[in-house]
Amino acid sequence: MHIVVCIKQVPDSAQIRVHPVTNTIMRQGVPAIVNPYDLFSLEEALRLKDKYGGRVTVLTMGPPMAEAALRKCLAYGADEAVLVTDRAFAGSDTLATSFALASAIRQIQNDMAVDLVFAGKQTIDGDTAQVGPGIAKRLDLQLLTYVSKIESLDLEKREITVHRRAEGGVQVLKTKTPALITMLEGVNEMRFATMPNMFRAARYPLKVWDKDAAGIEDVTKIGLKGSPTIVSKVFAPTAKSQKASMIETESGDPRDIAITLLTKLFTQHPKLEKEIGKRAA
Amino acid sequence: MNATTEQPAKKGRKKFELDPALAAYKGVWVFIEHERGEVHTVSWELLGEGRKLADQLGVELAGVVMGAPGEETRRFCDEAYKYGADLCYVVEDPVLENYRNESFTKSLTDLVNTFQPEILLLGATTLGRDLAGSVATTLKTGLTADCTELAIDPENRSLAATRPTFGGSLLCTIVTLNYRPQMATVRPRVMAMPDKDDSRSGRIIEHKLNMIETDIITKVLEFIPDNRADKPQLPFADIIVAGGRGMKNPDNFKLIWDLAAVLGAEVGATRPVVQSGWVELERQVGQSGKTVRPKLYIAVGISGAIQHRVGMESSDVIIAINNDPHAPIFDFATYGIVGNAMTILPALTEAFRQHLATVRKAV
Amino acid sequence: MAEHFDAIVIGAGPSGNAAAYTMAKGGLKVLQLERGEYPGSKNVQGAILYSDALERMIPDFREDAPLERHIIEQRMWILDDNSHIASHYRSEEFNKQPYNRYTILRAQFDKWFSTKVQEAGALVINETTVTDLLMDKNRVIGVRTDRVDGEIYADVVVLADGVNSLLAKKAGFHAELQPKDVALAVKEIHFMPTETVESRFNISGDEGVVIEMAGKITKGMMGTGFLYTNKESLTVGVGCMLSDFKASKVSPYTLLDEMKQHPSIKPLLAGGEMKEYTAHLIPEGGYEAMPQIYGDGWMIVGDSGMFVNAVHREGSNLAMTTGRIAAETVLTLKEARKDLSARNLSAYRAALDETFVMKDLKKYRRMPGVFHKNPQFFTDYPDLVSQAARTMLTVDGIDKKTKEKQIRKEFSSRRSLVGLLGDAFKMWRAFE
Ligand SMILES: Cc1cc2nc3c(=O)[nH]c(=O)nc-3n(C[C@H](O)[C@H](O)[C@H](O)COP(=O)(O)OP(=O)(O)OC[C@H]3O[C@@H](n4cnc5c(N)ncnc54)[C@H](O)[C@@H]3O)c2cc1C
Ligand SMILES: Cc1cc2nc3c(=O)[nH]c(=O)nc-3n(C[C@H](O)[C@H](O)[C@H](O)COP(=O)(O)OP(=O)(O)OC[C@H]3O[C@@H](n4cnc5c(N)ncnc54)[C@H](O)[C@@H]3O)c2cc1C
Ligand SMILES: Nc1ncnc2c1ncn2[C@@H]1O[C@H](COP(=O)(O)O)[C@@H](O)[C@H]1O
Repeated sequence: MHIVVCIKQVPDSAQIRVHPVTNTIMRQGVPAIVNPYDLFSLEEALRLKDKYGGRVTVLTMGPPMAEAALRKCLAYGADEAVLVTDRAFAGSDTLATSFALASAIRQIQNDMAVDLVFAGKQTIDGDTAQVGPGIAKRLDLQLLTYVSKIESLDLEKREITVHRRAEGGVQVLKTKTPALITMLEGVNEMRFATMPNMFRAARYPLKVWDKDAAGIEDVTKIGLKGSPTIVSKVFAPTAKSQKASMIETESGDPRDIAITLLTKLFTQHPKLEKEIGKRAA
Repeated sequence: MNATTEQPAKKGRKKFELDPALAAYKGVWVFIEHERGEVHTVSWELLGEGRKLADQLGVELAGVVMGAPGEETRRFCDEAYKYGADLCYVVEDPVLENYRNESFTKSLTDLVNTFQPEILLLGATTLGRDLAGSVATTLKTGLTADCTELAIDPENRSLAATRPTFGGSLLCTIVTLNYRPQMATVRPRVMAMPDKDDSRSGRIIEHKLNMIETDIITKVLEFIPDNRADKPQLPFADIIVAGGRGMKNPDNFKLIWDLAAVLGAEVGATRPVVQSGWVELERQVGQSGKTVRPKLYIAVGISGAIQHRVGMESSDVIIAINNDPHAPIFDFATYGIVGNAMTILPALTEAFRQHLATVRKAV
Repeated sequence: MAEHFDAIVIGAGPSGNAAAYTMAKGGLKVLQLERGEYPGSKNVQGAILYSDALERMIPDFREDAPLERHIIEQRMWILDDNSHIASHYRSEEFNKQPYNRYTILRAQFDKWFSTKVQEAGALVINETTVTDLLMDKNRVIGVRTDRVDGEIYADVVVLADGVNSLLAKKAGFHAELQPKDVALAVKEIHFMPTETVESRFNISGDEGVVIEMAGKITKGMMGTGFLYTNKESLTVGVGCMLSDFKASKVSPYTLLDEMKQHPSIKPLLAGGEMKEYTAHLIPEGGYEAMPQIYGDGWMIVGDSGMFVNAVHREGSNLAMTTGRIAAETVLTLKEARKDLSARNLSAYRAALDETFVMKDLKKYRRMPGVFHKNPQFFTDYPDLVSQAARTMLTVDGIDKKTKEKQIRKEFSSRRSLVGLLGDAFKMWRAFE
């Protein structure tokens, strides 16, 4: 069995700051991590490999420094890693990204047929949750998003049954491989890499592909050219002009404050009084 | 929208001319999402927003209803008119009984290719995101996910979709110029629920889906509905009392529950509170939690970080209690109290209790 | 099959990087293990980089190392509750290339150094903690890590694991650290626009200023504060002896918080955005507290071996120098096909004795003791000195001679004349 897992290196958004004066993102010193949602997919892929054997290939499209993210995945237990990197990809939106990744997956197929492709539910920087579905459509794979559980996999019959989170419930879906799966967060926990895998990851000769190696001939499909969406403006959220009306009393006694607030609240918002009265009754 | 966020905004846009072939694309569409006989309220919220866009463009607003044959779809259409739709496109087919990516993608892309809308909006739900990504890729057009604001760029009549980026620290506005339709998904509760106008009606345009069950590879074996009773329904609560890290520990946090009980309110929380395990994940309000728009939101011991703010700033009335007079929450709350939550909260709970007792007597 | 290396270096701080770099460059098969997410991720330093130690290994480091500012001005402040008296030394000489001292951000510097180590051919593995040394009788033959199948073997293990080396303690190479031998330092980085840094400190380009502070800010504890200019941030911190923190029950965080409120310091930080708060130990026991630094199949370098000159706030340079010399010792022995036994590795200590490292540590061997026994250096003196300055500078119709008398009276009432003389003598002896 051959599984391709798409991962992305992202800045740790918890540590991103906006420059107070210029309103630009300050990337300096912000650590780059593997998109946390991708790890749930990678772990699930590794579990399938543990059970059925085969190969897990991790794939990313990104700048050369994304190598670190791939090595991390190798340490967890992935077998192969492909870095697709080329200046021509700069400015790709989800449509262009899925085009490039789909093309790279076709090249990976040349080596060994792919049964499953995994992607993360979404990234924490782009946050679109579109690249996964995009790849599935381009490669004509069955799409299984928000999967909470892989119920069964029959490699012979090429059948897979999964639980998929839907609005208001869980769908149990049965479909054929090859399929593309995005895992829901929190459904598994990434393993701790073993020492031999750490060595392997550190020494692994990464496959680095430019656009040609990734099988891309039509450059109008990638980068800025291949991206229908255009960012026209980036800006910081504005402060609301009107500040809160502060409730203060001379005594400072909490009881007085509470009563002052209530009086103000209910005179200015009489509907609210009814609303609360209704439900509390 | 992906690596594009990293591109500097394009300067000095030259006058834009839409490809004549694309100029034929007209009208604003909202995908009406339904499951188990119920329409997801995000669809009505989107009709409210879509109405504004359509009026600005001087075009029609359409709902898109897809499902199994039956009176259900008609009922949804009738409702869609009341929320602002001028017409509905209806695709009825047994293969559309349950949501499946394959059949829904084909159905929606066929519909788009036939009737050519300029804007297509979907809810950013699990279904909406699954479908939107697939449809956009199939149509090879642009899609902006998770928008918080939609507007029409008066200069070139294109959809300007604004969404948070970089962990919510910044916002960006994205346009799709030379591709149609312009697609966007919007999270539930971000847009206001429009008023229902029972006098409104509209027309139906039916469309056939040429698909048979055997064409479809994926089968739905079962649907296991969530047990709603024990899940908090924060997005739809009218009153929310929310606590933040300022409550210090789970014991103090009980004061939040006390006030909520008196008000018949839901309890909300910030991310650190959820991560500390004081309350369950369903109660997290904000960018990576729920978006809420209650009539009253009481924020206690919450600093008002942008990631929390985006989830609750559309509340009608916000009361903030914080011991730091400079806490950002006071920048957008309606009423503010500077003080220690541990003493203010019990007093407030008691004041509400007494007040409500008198209100009740008066009734 | 467990892996075998010529050398394993534990830790990727300046000492470990220096050791791994030198050995890898010399052609040995080197493995470096670091517990942090990446080199520098957990490391704390002021930080001033003294170029000499680095230059000896990487002469052209200035070309690509992430350096913040070169220091052109040194300020020494003595503070009482709401004033400070200062000496500034600023010189155009410091503006001549090659510069001698730089401010750095350790997270970035260590990462850079680590890429050099990897380019030199060492295998660097992060996020892996060494939990034990593998022993064959008295000889260290490898390490055990916290990972599954984590045993790795080597001819020599270099402990570059920083202050409070659990491994050295576990192996019995050195005793439990004494609170009187370590300082606890806390520091923060405050970000602000480059222009603000430059205008506040009267600098431009890559010029930088350091301020060293002593006085009431440490609440009578033995210690000092510091403030360094980076490109678009300021580093501010304070460190005191752990034993003093214990006795005074002052929390380090509170100490720093109050120090930042000092009227001399607050305006410098105004408007900055605090990004990073860290606490770290500094080994300050000096020469007297130094453990055994080599044995059969092992060596200790850097903070782990107490190689810090507390008086001059030098550490990273001693760390790099000890790391380099330990590595050179191994290279020489390997080349001569000699065994890496305690006897042969004693060449490391001998070589160190000839460098500034041992000479300086010996020179200041009495310092820690002097300060421990004479807390007045951190309590009475700042007050007295600044009072004296205030008295002299206040123009209030009192003649200067009377003022001098007042000052003398103040001094001798707080501390007897004998005491004053004694203090001066002690200081002189210790520095001598
Ligand atoms: C990618 C990303 C996504 C995020 N998503 C979310 C999200 O969905 N929701 C969310 O909430 N956060 C989210 N966050 C986190 C967010 O940035 C803030 O860290 C968080 O909202 C802060 O929570 P808080 O207000 O409870 O805590 P704090 O910021 O620590 O504020 C506590 C407040 O309590 C006050 N206080 C202290 N003691 C008292 C007292 N005795 N009485 C009264 N007031 C007191 C303090 O003055 C302070 O203002 C996200 C962050 C990132 C990076
Ligand atoms: C606040 C402060 C200010 C300072 N200012 C200066 C200054 O201005 N100039 C100066 O020259 N010096 C300064 N120093 C001293 C200087 O930081 C140290 O002397 C220097 O960092 C020592 O380097 P090292 O390599 O020995 O140890 P460290 O830098 O502490 O590195 C040790 C490394 O080993 C790793 N490690 C530890 N245990 C294990 C394990 N079991 N397994 C794997 N890895 C492990 C750690 O993660 C760490 O990366 C300052 C120190 C402090 C705390
Ligand atoms: N540049 C990329 N390289 C590899 N995989 C990617 C890339 N961008 C997105 N993905 C995959 O697509 C998922 C969804 O991304 P997004 O649509 O950006 O939210 C991610 O979790 C990844 O699995």
